[in-house]
Amino acid sequence: MGNVGAKEVPELLSPEGLRIDGRRLDELRPIKIQVGSLHNADGSAFVEWGANKVMAAVYGPREVHPRHLQQNNKAVIQCKYNMAAFAVDERKRPGLDRRSQEISKVIGEAFESVVFAEEYPRTSIDIYIEVLQANAGTRCAGLVAASMALADAGIPMVDLLPAVAVGKVAGKIALDLKKEEDNFGEADLPMALVPQSGRLVLIQMEGHMTEDELAQALDLGVQGCREIYEKMKTALRERYAVGPVGGSA
Amino acid sequence: MSRGHRPGHRGRGHEGHPSSPSGERTLVLPGEEIRAHGLKPGPGTYRTGGKVYASVLGLLSERGPVVSVIPLSGRYIPKPQDTVIGTVTDVQGTFWLLDIGAPRWAPLHMTGTPWKVEVGETDRFLRVGDAVVVQVENLDATGRIGVTMNGEGLGKLDGGTIVRISPARVPRVVGRNGSMIATIRRHTDAEIVVGQNGRVWVGGSPEAIHRVREVLRIIEENAQRSGLTERVESYLLATTPTGLRGPELPPSEHAHRDLPPRTLEPAESDEEALEAEEESSDRETTDQP
Repeated sequence: MGNVGAKEVPELLSPEGLRIDGRRLDELRPIKIQVGSLHNADGSAFVEWGANKVMAAVYGPREVHPRHLQQNNKAVIQCKYNMAAFAVDERKRPGLDRRSQEISKVIGEAFESVVFAEEYPRTSIDIYIEVLQANAGTRCAGLVAASMALADAGIPMVDLLPAVAVGKVAGKIALDLKKEEDNFGEADLPMALVPQSGRLVLIQMEGHMTEDELAQALDLGVQGCREIYEKMKTALRERYAVGPVGGSA
Repeated sequence: MSRGHRPGHRGRGHEGHPSSPSGERTLVLPGEEIRAHGLKPGPGTYRTGGKVYASVLGLLSERGPVVSVIPLSGRYIPKPQDTVIGTVTDVQGTFWLLDIGAPRWAPLHMTGTPWKVEVGETDRFLRVGDAVVVQVENLDATGRIGVTMNGEGLGKLDGGTIVRISPARVPRVVGRNGSMIATIRRHTDAEIVVGQNGRVWVGGSPEAIHRVREVLRIIEENAQRSGLTERVESYLLATTPTGLRGPELPPSEHAHRDLPPRTLEPAESDEEALEAEEESSDRETTDQP
């Protein structure tokens, strides 16, 4: 391989139909989820997804800051997505930018549609997502981490919120793009699913695909979300395992 | 979509037993379907499309006609009559705002104290950062929490330190009929006040505070296991202060407190009832101090 120049497009799909990291088109990257990693937060989770490393912390329901955002009939959900300066190869300029504002907004709105915010009027549920290492799909990894953190914080909600991106790579629809596929692929379509109802509460798209490809991508994404959902449930069960009655004293 | 119950109104003192006959405790996650077989959806659940689902992470509980989920995590949800420990976050002319670990700050009005407070002189009595023991008096529909400092065992806390534990673990720290807390008190010279909100005030020598902190950590980490009292007792016996550190000072020299010793009522949360079952093995050894 050697050093791949910015303009040189790597071969994204082998003749056997395998991707640059050896995955099949419908295969996820490995995911590791740890719940309750932070002590000070009401809920937290650390997600390693492929080469992504994302931390999420949830505080609340608590007093609203700034006060004027307070709503009399429900909790406000405030989401802040941030990427560390060291998360990518070239230093990312730290702090708020258009990209992180957009991601904060769409993730916050996704959670607004699953959290029972009316249970805690005049309060705020604050979600912090910190991307420590990025390799495409950080908004999905952040969403999964935040969803786990919300469950860990005891926030009432319709369901956990698995998320994944589907893309178009070398003319084929592929699940869970990694960085090179995202950079040199033709399209990227992140989505978040409410498994209980089958609704999608986040969907964005960059690039081009045909109507047929879009339908295929949505199917693949939903299937991917369901796979992630199982991993999320397993991680929560491990954290909250009800010990055997009569265990070691 | 309709919620079964209003939040924050986990009814007090449902007596009775979890109707799961085997005493089995089922962990459920948000979005998981609950086999309600005709039972009414209660707190921690929601109903949609004729099916009942869990809305929070917790243990499934069936009491009478209601199926609910008892949360295993999350902030303290206040209940009237709860004794809680708070810290002052704001001082106003006629009241203080207390952080009791609940979703909202709780106003403590100057008339709710045993002191004669003049308007505008509130900061002569309590300042930001001070710790107090108060009782939850009432809750309104907007989630506003009314607290009072009038009552036995309530007042300002001087010295000592506050240890935070999960509110869901408070029944374990108190133990059946206060057995666990009695064990800790018997083996340490610390003064301990357990708030239902998961804040534990500990006063006494630095060593005593350290040991109580350690015990609380042991309880939190092993809350789901049985034989907890034995585990705690063996820790306390293994760390009993020896003569090496010189004579022990009585707690009063360290904790400058003007309050009478507190008596704790046994915890009465939903979880206590559940956990009482598995605690039966603890009972014989700890009921008599």
